[in-house]
Amino acid sequence: MVNYREERLDRVFAALSDPTRRAVLTRLARARALSITSLAEPFDIKLPAVMKHLDVLAETGLIRRTKTGRTVHVEIAAGSLKPAVLWLQRYERFWSGSLDRLTAYAEAKERKAAETAP
Amino acid sequence: MTEVSLVRHIAARPAIVFEALVTAEGIGSWWGPDDCPVISAVADPQVGGSFLVRFRTADGLEHECTGEFLEIERPVRVVMSWRWIVGGMIDERGKVSRLEICLRPIDTGTELTLVHARLSNEHSGRGHEGGWDGALRKLIRRFPASLEVSST
Repeated sequence: MVNYREERLDRVFAALSDPTRRAVLTRLARARALSITSLAEPFDIKLPAVMKHLDVLAETGLIRRTKTGRTVHVEIAAGSLKPAVLWLQRYERFWSGSLDRLTAYAEAKERKAAETAP
Repeated sequence: MTEVSLVRHIAARPAIVFEALVTAEGIGSWWGPDDCPVISAVADPQVGGSFLVRFRTADGLEHECTGEFLEIERPVRVVMSWRWIVGGMIDERGKVSRLEICLRPIDTGTELTLVHARLSNEHSGRGHEGGWDGALRKLIRRFPASLEVSST
């Protein structure tokens, strides 16, 4: 049941704990790839500060940076949030699987009870 | 802190579903997410009585959880305390959570609502006011590709 890597999860959640970084991810989610300049535009902070946030996101593996000529594009790394989401949903999956079995068990009992009823 | 809430419609009357929730035989038939066996189940379904379930998951690991029946209202509601003794979710070890299951009769049988609450959640509790849980879910909805398995 514990098939995620704690350390990596810690880093992902730490990266997501900052509102600016979440806003960056949300923008990227809408726009796919953006240049750093246009990505930084709506934020009320200086470019170096944005770059620092991007460093954190890149080190965590949440975004990918690609250089085309002089322009650096940023995009969300596919699959990067999956471990975090699986971690979040681990009890949901546990109970959902269990309730599937409960449903089958109770419905079989009900059928049996209905058959033997006079 | 976080909680899990699930609703199911079951084609069986509440009394039958309720027995499956509180008796050792019932618990032994469904506890655990995979088609792997419950190894043992003991339950004393009265307020203050305890339960102990040992089961194996598809990854071959064995888990054991226990708790007490806190409230029993036949056949509509049961509240249990819950904790892992063996295996389980490593970050939940030693912590007690609360499992509440409510049953409501409907035309087709029973509507079951399960709430597993007071799950400790150190990651999300880490100094974030709004809870990034919701933020993350929103993000996932907007960008499903982030859930895909990376090709690199």
